[in-house]
Amino acid sequence: MHSDLKYGKMNLMIQEKARIVEHQQIAPNYYKLTLLSHYISSNTLPGQFIEIRVCDFTVCPLLRRPFSIHGTNKDKKTIEILYEVVGLGTEVLTKHQIGQELDILGPLGNGFTIKKKGKIAILVSGGMGVAPLKALAEHIKAPARYVFMGCKKMDQVVCEKDFSKLGFEVQVATENGSAGKKGLVTDILNGFIDSAQPSELNEINIYACGPKAMLKAVSEIAQQKKLNCQISMEAYMACGIGACKGCAVKTTKGMKMVCKDGPVFPAQEIIWPI
Amino acid sequence: MADLSMEIAGLKLKNPVMVASGTFGHGEEYSELIDLRKLGAIVTKSITVSPREGNPPPRIVETPAGMLNSIGLENDGLKKFIEEHLPFLAKFKTPVIANIAGETQKEFEELASTLSKERQVKALEVNISCPNVEHGGMQFGCSPVGTEEVVRAVRAATDMPLIVKLSPNVTDITEIAKKAKDSGADVISLINTVMGMAIDAETRRPRINRIVAGLSGPAIKPIALRMVWQVAQSIKLPVIGIGGIMNARDALEFFIAGASAVQIGTANFVDTQASIKTIEGINEYLDRKGIKDIKGLIGTLNK
Repeated sequence: MHSDLKYGKMNLMIQEKARIVEHQQIAPNYYKLTLLSHYISSNTLPGQFIEIRVCDFTVCPLLRRPFSIHGTNKDKKTIEILYEVVGLGTEVLTKHQIGQELDILGPLGNGFTIKKKGKIAILVSGGMGVAPLKALAEHIKAPARYVFMGCKKMDQVVCEKDFSKLGFEVQVATENGSAGKKGLVTDILNGFIDSAQPSELNEINIYACGPKAMLKAVSEIAQQKKLNCQISMEAYMACGIGACKGCAVKTTKGMKMVCKDGPVFPAQEIIWPI
Repeated sequence: MADLSMEIAGLKLKNPVMVASGTFGHGEEYSELIDLRKLGAIVTKSITVSPREGNPPPRIVETPAGMLNSIGLENDGLKKFIEEHLPFLAKFKTPVIANIAGETQKEFEELASTLSKERQVKALEVNISCPNVEHGGMQFGCSPVGTEEVVRAVRAATDMPLIVKLSPNVTDITEIAKKAKDSGADVISLINTVMGMAIDAETRRPRINRIVAGLSGPAIKPIALRMVWQVAQSIKLPVIGIGGIMNARDALEFFIAGASAVQIGTANFVDTQASIKTIEGINEYLDRKGIKDIKGLIGTLNK
């Protein structure tokens, strides 16, 4: 091993009431939520997540919903969540106003391992996959930094400026061609790899988050070209802490839990399809 | 402070609130979040003779006021439970109830006799009600013959308090409960999950890999309460109420229906503090009602 920042689980989780300090719609169906949490804001590693009880006076929706931590602000003691409305839980979450409190559990899971070796860092996102990657971007020091973002259409392209400010070159692909290149984010990734010098390939570290089909495609590219690649997985969860065994994913090392063993896994360990 | 202590078939509890099997692992994860010493008892995740990988994903999905699960008894197996998980649990001095799940009568015997030698295990809960496995589980618990077969075998293998956990997926729960009692059960716990199903209409795929799964959570509480009531009425054995208990108010309903203790299951996922809050809430209720002892509440339904 090199002196990689091994972001394993080294911080204890807590359950607490966190006040909403900001909550705004940033795109159709996309919201940004900022919560006050003294503890989590200073004890979170990129790639970790929290579980939010979106409504605590009724039993429908029932289970907590998992959300990647999008950013932290140690000075303001806040954490940021970026989320997409995909069902009842997230729909209910949108109704919460500034000043209200949410019951949160975190920080949960294992974050990304930031590779010290390698001069080229590539962040690959699909849709809401940008959520944890922005938190990760703040920690990446590789001299060449790229974000390849894949979205269905233009209005889902978010966080471009955040990445640019952090010195990342942003390339966008949309499925309908309304922004960036028309096509899939893997087209950009393939294009980059194909035009790279053989010596550069050894320098690449890929960090990806997005829908399963995209993660599978990225993993296959990484495996073919023997590139280091970590992926952050998503799953239906109940407990979020490894007790219920609900969010299983098949890996080369046996059944693993997305919540406790992940959500970040070395890409080559996942057995597709999942 | 009312007296919350309870003795069930020789099993001494400081309070009658336990955490249900399969919802609390072996306590390791929750120990970071709650004080395990405050619990009445900890029922372990089902232990099988050999390690089990569990069912392929997806294993869980939320449904209205509940959730479906098909975990498939994923666990490290008997040996690792004794070597690793039990020593951890023993540190908290809270009674450990080992939940056992055999695929055959012989496996049940082995689990019971091996775990009976462990001083830290205070009782056994026999899982003849898991709906998510090919062999064993509910196959036993859905027939009087299967129930008798397993309970007799376990009874012969242990002197510990013997709890038999029943499935609600039967025509007559009292028939199964009677058979469990006649075969040597000391305590009946119920209910395990109700068989259910969910479909994604967009893809026409089942939401759960094994298609059929077990429903838990508030959605099943009225079913659980009815069955606890029926069993408490029909046999003279202590009953542990399980099924959709989210808080003290829910738990109290079970005591009134005839339960001597309760288990908190799915609620642990919703609020890690649910079991502790339930204990506190029961205490407040008893104080408010001027009831000095929780035992005075059991089976007191006003008709």
